[in-house]
Amino acid sequence: MIKKFDKKDEESGSGSNPFQHLEKSAVLQEARIFNETPINPRRCLHILTKIIYLLNQGEHFGTTEATEAFFAMTRLFQSNDQTLRRMCYLTIKEMANISEDVIIVTSSLTKDMTGKEDVYRGPAIRALCRITDTTMLQAIERYMKQAIVDKVPSVSSSALVSSLHMVKMSFDVVKRWVNEAQEAASSDNIMVQYHALGLLYHLRKNDRLAVTKMLNKFTKSGLKSPFAYCMMIRIASKLLEETEGGHDSPLFDFIESCLRNKHEMVVYEAASAIVHMPNCTARELAPAVSVLQLFCSSPKAALRYAAVRTLNKVAMKHPSAVTACNLDLENLITDSNRSIATLAITTLLKTGSESSVDRLMKQISSFVSEISDEFKVVVVQAISALCQKYPRKHSVMMNFLSNMLRDDGGFEYKRAIVDCIISIIEENPESKETGLAHLCEFIEDCEHTVLATKILHLLGKEGPRTPTPSKYIRFIFNRVVLESEAVRAAAVSALAKFGAQNDDLLPSVLVLMKRCMMDSDDEVRDRATFYMNVLQQKQKALNAAYIFNGLSVSVPGLEKSLHQYTLEPSEKPFDMKTVPLATAPITEQKTEIAPVATSKLPEKLAPSRQDIYQEQLAAIPEFKGLGPLFKSSEPVQLTEAETEYVVRCIKHTFANHMIFQFDCTNTLNDQLLQRVLVQMEPSEAYEVLNYVPAPSLPYSQPSSCYSLVRLPEDDPTAVSCTFSCTMKYLVRDCDPNTGEPDDDGYDDEYVLEDLEVTVADHIQKVLKPNFGAAWDEIGDDNEKEETFALATVRTLDEAVNNIISFLGMQPCERSDKVPENKNSHVLFLAGVFRGGHDVLVRARLALADGVTMQVTVRSTDENVVDVILASVG
Amino acid sequence: MRWKPPLWLLYSSAADAERYGGFEPTWRLEGCSCRHAPCESEGFRSATVMTAQSCPRQHCATTMDSAALEPSLYTVKAVFILDNDGNRLLSKYYDPELYPSMKEQKNFELNVFNKTHKADNEIAFLEGMTIVYKSSIDLFFYVVGSAQENELMLMAVLNCLFESVSQMLRKNVEKRTLLDNMDGVFLVVDEIIDGGVILESDPQQVIEKVNYRCLSEQAYGFVLFDYITGNMEGQGERRQLL
Repeated sequence: MIKKFDKKDEESGSGSNPFQHLEKSAVLQEARIFNETPINPRRCLHILTKIIYLLNQGEHFGTTEATEAFFAMTRLFQSNDQTLRRMCYLTIKEMANISEDVIIVTSSLTKDMTGKEDVYRGPAIRALCRITDTTMLQAIERYMKQAIVDKVPSVSSSALVSSLHMVKMSFDVVKRWVNEAQEAASSDNIMVQYHALGLLYHLRKNDRLAVTKMLNKFTKSGLKSPFAYCMMIRIASKLLEETEGGHDSPLFDFIESCLRNKHEMVVYEAASAIVHMPNCTARELAPAVSVLQLFCSSPKAALRYAAVRTLNKVAMKHPSAVTACNLDLENLITDSNRSIATLAITTLLKTGSESSVDRLMKQISSFVSEISDEFKVVVVQAISALCQKYPRKHSVMMNFLSNMLRDDGGFEYKRAIVDCIISIIEENPESKETGLAHLCEFIEDCEHTVLATKILHLLGKEGPRTPTPSKYIRFIFNRVVLESEAVRAAAVSALAKFGAQNDDLLPSVLVLMKRCMMDSDDEVRDRATFYMNVLQQKQKALNAAYIFNGLSVSVPGLEKSLHQYTLEPSEKPFDMKTVPLATAPITEQKTEIAPVATSKLPEKLAPSRQDIYQEQLAAIPEFKGLGPLFKSSEPVQLTEAETEYVVRCIKHTFANHMIFQFDCTNTLNDQLLQRVLVQMEPSEAYEVLNYVPAPSLPYSQPSSCYSLVRLPEDDPTAVSCTFSCTMKYLVRDCDPNTGEPDDDGYDDEYVLEDLEVTVADHIQKVLKPNFGAAWDEIGDDNEKEETFALATVRTLDEAVNNIISFLGMQPCERSDKVPENKNSHVLFLAGVFRGGHDVLVRARLALADGVTMQVTVRSTDENVVDVILASVG
Repeated sequence: MRWKPPLWLLYSSAADAERYGGFEPTWRLEGCSCRHAPCESEGFRSATVMTAQSCPRQHCATTMDSAALEPSLYTVKAVFILDNDGNRLLSKYYDPELYPSMKEQKNFELNVFNKTHKADNEIAFLEGMTIVYKSSIDLFFYVVGSAQENELMLMAVLNCLFESVSQMLRKNVEKRTLLDNMDGVFLVVDEIIDGGVILESDPQQVIEKVNYRCLSEQAYGFVLFDYITGNMEGQGERRQLL
């Protein structure tokens, strides 16, 4: 058989694949010779190889045929050919999932695993554990225990690794083998040590004390295996992270001592562990960085790669710590492995001085086409970080980015570039025009709808405010002609913004709009018709409300309200004010220097936190008829962290009411609390209407109770109030172990910290993308202005942050960022007051001895203006 | 007529609204961009869109950001040997989450092959995975680990695999000899890695454990050796073979 095979292949030239044209059915046919007596080991071996080869190629075996072949194979256990037997084990493992009744080989495997032939024992254990389930595991437990402590290393290793695989399946059984594993850990064989350590850790990882003890023991006894050392370093750094222990702990000393290990693997693991530790000081980093520096000149590519990748990591947080390696990194720029070169350059970009930027950029552009997308993204991130560091270099960067944008690349890569350009434009007004021009060019030939719409939106936002808005119109209108529906619709919206803001362009925009009204897609037509009609009115207020500043309600909320409305149609038209507002994001600007932000923006579509609360509260019958939830505050802690009962409060604001949600946790395991409620004594004219107690509060299971409060109607200016809170409950002592409570209990109370309601609880953040338009839209009917002196504040930054957090409003136009070296600043804030009144605040700040602040407030309601001014003062 | 939702209902108000605070035409990411089968099938039609976070591959690919690694013995994600056309000769995947289907596995292998076969660079980073590799004549050996894995550990596995195969094939590390001794190669891989755990890293030990007799041109000597040592089993077969 084999002979024929060989001949044919030799004729067709060597190097061809003897397994190439294997037919599954033919091979299974051949497998019949397994049943012949005497067994011909050579031929059977060859057929088994073919079967495994086929499985490996992804050939599908039906259950029946697999089972048939498997049963035939079991006969081969009669032969004593070593390789054949080993191949049988392999077949068992490969077929464990496709064949039925694989457990019939259990007794054969058990025999081999306890037999005299050491060569068989290890592999037999691994095969046996592969087909064993929880019930059968009990039967072989005795053998496994013996095997773990066997003096033959391969047997012991196999048993330990197989036990590790079975931890997932039957933790309780494997846990009984801890003592054996412990004994194996003191074996002389390095692999046995490693496997024993791994198994012990997996069995104990939920018990931090046991892990610490184990680690102490092994660090003292000194294992020999480098793998085991790597494992111990990982365990140690995990422990350090969990305990947030200082870096003077023995664990840190252990990791540091590993930097002097003789194995490179261990040294690198230790260095990388130190680098990845949160809040490491430069001094602690220094030894790790210096070993990485040595690795940079290693002849092994993998080591250089590992070193420079880790240094790149260090450079993100501590650029100065890496400066010492600059020379070594320079040498790596020309490394033949482009991954290493890219990482070296991006590291240098982070650590180098401004003068070296041009040179490095030139270097990198010489081979950017050769590297994979993953690394291109790294390069873009480095550039993005660089632009924030050296804003003056934006022209070089912009050029480079636009070249990259023209190259081929996947979506992630393009998105990283577009995000980077957008962030440069936002940071740097001077770069706006070039940036927009590059982006315009990009959308001319962009296959990614997401990016095209994003850029069109940006053009609509920024384009009209540039000196020559007309030049963008062509790019935008080209999209209307050439692209898919989504892009066309986005282009129409962008066009409308030009028409709304630039009067001289309005006639031409209207002409273009008219053309869009004949679009084949109804969304595009709808938009065009809508904008057309709005624009023709030529009213600033309409433009501001419908073109610049869009909707500010939460989308899931709107969807739900509309659905509700269609279920119960009424005479009244649908009221937009009943829809909960969108919670403005907490951080509007991008995170500072972390370049990962570009690709890490979460595309969460889960309902916002507020939508979840809305749902929870609506489920409680006492709270029916309060209207939509207006705002939910961040949780406020009403107890110290380590007390018997932990209580935090979330304030939910409605149009005329507030609900206080108290999340209580009982940390005493010998108590069961029942009928828990928080009694509130208001300082002002607030009226507590209703308490909803938590029926029961067992140990460590959080539960919520609620209080409903009516806001004073006659005095709309009373926005702030202090409540003194007392938690009241029925205590029933219980057995700490079983949780079984006593029959009778007693009433008790617990005094909590006071709870404050401030003006910020009445205002929801709303972002107005075009503050100027919104300011004009509201008009000066209710405008009031006052000047304050903030004596305690020393810097403009501090003042801005104080105002924002005090009023709880959304900063617009990036005005929350104070430019450096300025003595004055204007802060724009937008929000909606409880009841649906828009409110805008313009605060002019000037820095002299303290900070002087002139506050101008506009709102659709006069009371609101008074409230805000009163509360600021 | 089927009601078609207006476009703005489909816009994600999340990521981009966060940026622009508006209600603006930014399309929801159409599935995950990593071309991972479940990500692709979950188009933007479905209510639960596969996002970068819910994708099992977790897209460390684009960030290369490594959170601390959970201490574990499961070091190796996959091992494969390809020929000089990128065809799979042997491959084992140890993480069932990663490339669950054969199609994805082969795509991955081809992608890796295309990016690595030209330059002998020893290490690469692709699809969020660290890959170390080595080539010999018309064979390519690959060992794959997660982005956070210690590169040198993966190198140790690769070296052990290569050295063991090389010793077993008496330094004839080429496709033909390898295929003639495929059973031995299967056994070698089985001795080095078990379910993703490094079982042995010393090639000498591996060779001893596998105890495999190579089938190659020098087989005459083998027959003689077998004859002298009195190992008659399988000899008839061997004679037939010659």
